[in-house]
Amino acid sequence: MSIASTQQKGFWAILWDYLTTVDHKKLGNMYIAAGAFFFVLGGIEALVIRIQLAKPENDFISAGLYNEMITMHGTTMIFFAAMPILIGFMNAIMPLQIGARDVAFPFLNSLGFWLFLFGGIMLNLSWFLGGAPDAGWTAYAPLSIQSPGHGMDFYILGLQLSGAGTLMGGINFLVTIVTMRAPGMTYMRMPLFTWTTFVASILILFAFPALTVGLFLLMFDRLFGSAFFDVALGGNSVIWQHLFWIFGHPEVYILILPAFGIFSEIIPVFSRKRLFGYTSMVFATFLIAFLGFMVWAHHMFAVGLGPTANAIFAVGTMAIAVPTGIKIFNWLATLWGGSITINSAMLWSLGFIPSFTIGGMTGVMLGATTADYQYHDTYFVIAHFHYVIVGGVVFGILAGLHYWWPKLFGKVLNEAMGKIAFWFFFIGFHLTFFIQHFLGLMGMPRRYWVFLEGQGLDTGNMISTVGAFLMGIGSLVFIINVVYTTVKGEKAGNDPWGDGRSLEWSISSPPKEYNFKQLPLVRGLDPYWIEKMEGNKKMTPAQPVNDIHMPNGSILPLIMTIGFFIASFGFIYQVDNNLWLIALFGGMAIALGSMLARSLVDDYGYHIHKEDLEKEVD
Amino acid sequence: MSQEHTLDPNNLPKDPAKSTLEGKHKFLGLWFFLGGETVLFSCFFATYLALKNSTAGGPTSQDLFGLELVFIMTILLLTSSLTSVYAIYHMKNYDFKKMQLWFGITALLGLAFLGFEIYEFYHYITDYGFTFRSSAFGSAFYTLVGFHGGHVVFGLSWLIALMVRNARRGITLKNASKFNTFSLYWHFIDVVWVFIFTVVYLMGMVS
Ligand code: HEM
Ligand SMILES: [Cu+2]
Repeated sequence: MSIASTQQKGFWAILWDYLTTVDHKKLGNMYIAAGAFFFVLGGIEALVIRIQLAKPENDFISAGLYNEMITMHGTTMIFFAAMPILIGFMNAIMPLQIGARDVAFPFLNSLGFWLFLFGGIMLNLSWFLGGAPDAGWTAYAPLSIQSPGHGMDFYILGLQLSGAGTLMGGINFLVTIVTMRAPGMTYMRMPLFTWTTFVASILILFAFPALTVGLFLLMFDRLFGSAFFDVALGGNSVIWQHLFWIFGHPEVYILILPAFGIFSEIIPVFSRKRLFGYTSMVFATFLIAFLGFMVWAHHMFAVGLGPTANAIFAVGTMAIAVPTGIKIFNWLATLWGGSITINSAMLWSLGFIPSFTIGGMTGVMLGATTADYQYHDTYFVIAHFHYVIVGGVVFGILAGLHYWWPKLFGKVLNEAMGKIAFWFFFIGFHLTFFIQHFLGLMGMPRRYWVFLEGQGLDTGNMISTVGAFLMGIGSLVFIINVVYTTVKGEKAGNDPWGDGRSLEWSISSPPKEYNFKQLPLVRGLDPYWIEKMEGNKKMTPAQPVNDIHMPNGSILPLIMTIGFFIASFGFIYQVDNNLWLIALFGGMAIALGSMLARSLVDDYGYHIHKEDLEKEVD
Repeated sequence: MSQEHTLDPNNLPKDPAKSTLEGKHKFLGLWFFLGGETVLFSCFFATYLALKNSTAGGPTSQDLFGLELVFIMTILLLTSSLTSVYAIYHMKNYDFKKMQLWFGITALLGLAFLGFEIYEFYHYITDYGFTFRSSAFGSAFYTLVGFHGGHVVFGLSWLIALMVRNARRGITLKNASKFNTFSLYWHFIDVVWVFIFTVVYLMGMVS
């Protein structure tokens, strides 16, 4: 119904539909699309950095612009590309996996999306409004306080907006998973992607407030003259580092855990075997999350916290390798003896295992405090975190895109192009980053605009730049694939891989707006697989066909976000001119007014009637 | 199924706040939210503890704080938590008038607390020249206590909006969960204040 009726709608009606939607699947797609856009931006910034570093003493861009590039690259990739795309998957897929018709707070879900999008726009507008932020994605004080112009202010308010959106998303997913599982879907029958969504949401809930506080302190210092990081008035800049990393280390697990979840879905399907060690996978996920909160100071070994603190944090850090290792072995054991299909989704998953393992290994090396004094702030660290983030998170995203594309958009991505993209990207990735380990060990510091000739760094940097361009070509092929598939691709059935195990494969591709006509009865882990093994084509329904309650769409989330967006400009520019206070208060009034409207106007949603449902084929 | 939201007097659910799915979601969602808020305030507390002696030659906590004022404020806020418990008790008994009455008292106590807080800040600024900008201690103090005050303002606006909006409608399954989540939030603000009282004021008097 929904598809047929959208096709007949005009452009404005469709636009309105997307601006007001509270449907988790549409929002999921919007997250992925916006995240992909920011991924391209961040990718271009990366190429600019690599061109600048292609040869010694290059002057492709100025030193100041270089600082802006590295700051924007890191910030964009982490907050506006990787996270949103993963949150997009969580939105689009998790409710399907637990047999739910929507998320617990559809309205909040849409608000979260708009806040993220406008946060990203805010950050990037800085390019056109006097210069981008330039104190690194870590925004260390006092550098970030001293940074002239308004660049860092855009960083602060952009992240504040999108961070609020992310927090809402996290709470929403938690409540959804606790209260909206289909009959029979016990916790220990939940697919691993749902589990990792759950645990990543816990991390979001407890980690993001630390960033919120840190950003407030920065903002107060920069815009309202407080003295948190002003040593002359007794301030202490190490506070920022603590707050940032109390958020920052859990953040890397917010990124990698959902990616782990994606691999744990794909590997069993294409090995035609149940996931090896399901229980230990769940346990390891929790353990990683728990330890993830205990290790933030490994980013601060060189600050001088003292040997005792450093030693404790070093031990904690190395301990994380244990649950991570459990996972790696479980994936290998799932593959072992399976009847393996190698397609694009699987290639990314297989490529992930060795790549990520290398990253984990260098992580343990960095965790050895004394050695870290040598590695810290060199290209060795750059190599480490790109192995885990690209080799883990980005590979996970691409695997997930290939795997779930048919479910999201009803068409299977082209295999040949998928494989070409993989090989370009995979080879390019290792070319770019493997050599950086050695550049780092040879003493090349990170975040430097140029390096000198004749220090043995020339060849390595050139190789790295060539690799970066291969990754660019790989990404381009993927984008062409998306366009080609959208125009020409073949339509996918409910279960295009034939071996789908979890509930999302039991319904149409893309799913109807209400997902499940009747809530399914879940009889074990991998419920759809169980039914197929017993010769059933469909899930056994847990209820008769009945009216389905649906939430109403609303434009309020967008208006609320625009209010905060305007207010953010007010905050930034009131230091230059008091008239901007009008924008500050006006924007806040719009935002709080729409909040009030939401609270006061009762919204009962609507029903899709039984009679209409019975007419539909699934 | 809109009858879901109007009440059948012969068949009243035991807890109106949690008898609808939406109500359950709100209840759980607010608990999670308070988990995040706990981290938020913990970070403000940690920052305060790190900076409380960084007075940059300006007034110290011993110079500034007087226990009488904060004692009254504590009593006011604690009592307002208690009165909101009464209000929820009456909500569960479907006694709308008494619920409104006790929430009204809650709001008044909250307003009185705010009044004292504004006076306190005014006093520090005019009599001691102790401001947000005068030292790192000042920044940390006003940020921590001010964020709590901001939460009180938000809570009061929320409560008053709910009371006015529902003044003529009585208790429904839709608004019961809203009142209930408000009261949870209010208790949380109260708990945070207890920590502020201890960590900022009591410890500030002795050290
Ligand atoms: C076995 C697991 C891991 C260990 C032991 C580990 C250890 C470390 C250590 C000690 C550092 C600090 C190095 C320094 O600055 O001198 C570091 C940096 C970093 N790690 Fe990891 N790590 C692990 C996994 C991960 C994962 C899974 C991710 C992301 C998905 C990640 C992302 C990062 C990032 C982004 C940085 C650099 C941050 C910056 O300074 O800009 N790490 N890691
Ligand atoms: Cu870390």
